[in-house]
Amino acid sequence: MSDTKKCDDHVLHKSRRKMLKGMAAGIGLIAMPGRDASASIWEEFFQKNFRELSKDELKAVIARLEKDYSKQYAKQITVKTTPPIEGVRYGYGLDLSRCIGCRRCVYACVKENNQSRSPQIHWIRVMQLNKEKGIDLSHAEHYYNPATVPEKGHFYMPVQCQQCEKPPCTKVCPVQATWKEQDGIVVVDYNWCIGCRYCMAACPYGARHFNWAKPSVPANDINPNTHYLGNRPRPKGVVEKCTFCIQRTREQPGRYPACEEICPVGARKFGNLLDPESEIRYLIENKRVFIFKEELNTQPKFYYFYAT
Amino acid sequence: MKNIWHFFLGTIVLISKGSKGYYCWVLFLLSLMTIGAFAYAQQLNEGLIVTNMRDQVSWGFYISNFTFLVGVAAAAVLLVIPAYVYHWKPIKEIAVLGELLAVSAIVMCMMFVTMDIGHPERFWHLIPKIGLLNFPQSLLAWDVVVLNTYLAINLTVAVYILYNKYYKREPNKNITTPLLLLSIPSAISIHTVTAFLYNGLGARPFWNSSILVPRFLASAFCSGPAFMILIFFLVRKYTKFKIEDEAIQKVAEIIAYAIFINLLLLGAELFKEYYTATIHLDSFRYLFQGLHGHSALVPWIWTAMIFNVTAFVLFLNPATRRNNVTLVMGCILVFIGVYIEKGMGLVIPGFIPDVLHEIYEYAPTGIELLLAMGVWATGLFVFTMLLRVAIPIMNGDFHVADDGVGSYIGDQLFLVQQPDAVISESEPVI
Repeated sequence: MSDTKKCDDHVLHKSRRKMLKGMAAGIGLIAMPGRDASASIWEEFFQKNFRELSKDELKAVIARLEKDYSKQYAKQITVKTTPPIEGVRYGYGLDLSRCIGCRRCVYACVKENNQSRSPQIHWIRVMQLNKEKGIDLSHAEHYYNPATVPEKGHFYMPVQCQQCEKPPCTKVCPVQATWKEQDGIVVVDYNWCIGCRYCMAACPYGARHFNWAKPSVPANDINPNTHYLGNRPRPKGVVEKCTFCIQRTREQPGRYPACEEICPVGARKFGNLLDPESEIRYLIENKRVFIFKEELNTQPKFYYFYAT
Repeated sequence: MKNIWHFFLGTIVLISKGSKGYYCWVLFLLSLMTIGAFAYAQQLNEGLIVTNMRDQVSWGFYISNFTFLVGVAAAAVLLVIPAYVYHWKPIKEIAVLGELLAVSAIVMCMMFVTMDIGHPERFWHLIPKIGLLNFPQSLLAWDVVVLNTYLAINLTVAVYILYNKYYKREPNKNITTPLLLLSIPSAISIHTVTAFLYNGLGARPFWNSSILVPRFLASAFCSGPAFMILIFFLVRKYTKFKIEDEAIQKVAEIIAYAIFINLLLLGAELFKEYYTATIHLDSFRYLFQGLHGHSALVPWIWTAMIFNVTAFVLFLNPATRRNNVTLVMGCILVFIGVYIEKGMGLVIPGFIPDVLHEIYEYAPTGIELLLAMGVWATGLFVFTMLLRVAIPIMNGDFHVADDGVGSYIGDQLFLVQQPDAVISESEPVI
């Protein structure tokens, strides 16, 4: 069943809304004392799935979140809900012959996307591989830590969400808290995720990460420019993942993802797969491209290639 | 209404009275439950960081226990089939005990899943119409549906039959028969769906094997009935309730077949993995031999293997099967053996090595152990309470009074006086 179809089911929509209102009223009564203080907690508790919110409801949710976050980090934080751009489907290219394994992308991503600093969450994992063995994961070194990179005899393979065309992770989610957007980005509604981690078991790329503890980001380091489906602050107990920097790439004019921007050797490429003139299309058509774990038929939109 | 109220009052009297052993047992369970509640409070407060689960091994001890207990719950069907499909009298008299065990096991399953999720307060997202249950796409959504259905069926049938017995009426067959027949496929379904939940993940070769469902079923038909036999012996020893040897022997025979099939399927899987020796062998090597110096599960799985094989010999050999001492030994061995094999032995190697071939070794933390202990105690507490009411009803010691309204608790033996002869149907079993 397609994701969009379900959202159009208005009858269902209405009855559910009524029921929720009833529930809210009932519980509201119980919580009479100190209602002002707990109002936002109840609002959050009864908040609907992102895709089911009406325009007005969405406005209220965003206002509440911006207020909460701004208070928490003592600075103005904006939460956008920029929708996908018509005629755009994002694709990512990664040149394995250029990557030097410096991990600048890893930390640029952490900074841009407000990942928890303690415990650390990284959306990008760079593996050090043996040139003689090729892409043989059983000989991959995940925690290489030499004084300088690249090391002789090795090459490097960064892995992040592959934004699959057929994502196994969204299929298994029991509550539809994660889905693929029109522009191909797989997103999570952190206010709807129940934290069962079935998606993490289903992902073949280790791209999903769980907030085992309350994520901590120092107020000075917080990136105030956020998107609801992307880098806004997360609560503990939910799953998060790479969104191709949805808060940057959906802007018009758009910006490149933070990992693409920081790469010192230009190993990372990003663009619109539907635009025949784009760099990513040129690469796919002219370089030796492969996708990771193609036998699983997840159809990633993340293309590894060897430019030289 | 008044009748139900008196029935209810009667059950309260029953569960609040018993021998010293009964009180000790219940207090013991309640204290474990309290400890578990404190552990859970800490986990809710700090998050699942208090466990040893991490991104690499994202399910651990809780889900292992859940998986095993689904099997125990499914096994009630092994009493229902001979009793109600083949109308075999010796088992018909005790089938209700199996249904009560199923109810208790499902309660534990649901608790384990709730403990495992990051946002238990968002459970309502799983309720169809109110939330957004991803049915039929997600196998976890299927599991929610079938587990609740199975719980509802077993609870309804058991309560209905017992309530009628209390009124000295024959249960209406038009109600019980369809429900009992429905409970058979739904027992199979809970275990099939739980196996599919793992089975359907292309990312995890250790689980992505079509033999997984039959393996799940075979192991369930070992562990659940083994637990039942232990309960039968205890009930027979400590209450007046009659359970015929014939019935126990029939269940033991079924276990013998089930262990054989379980070992056969495991052997088939081991052959395929070791002979082809692809990269997918790594998880099996981690489990049975250790991988790159990591071998936390190795002693456990070999313990399980030895227990299962020993139990098989004990169940297969008619002399040891008919001897109550060796039979009980066999039941304990196979219960523990399957607990290891279908618990941690099934869940953890799915994550080791992880999808990027990293090895993160997992062992539960103290909090995880205490919490799991609390859940087991709760399950046994529920089971104890259910038996405390069910057994006097089936013995005819708890029934409606002559006026047709009040309740009558007949046998004074139930009410404490003689310590030795007094019931205490539930002793610590495991």
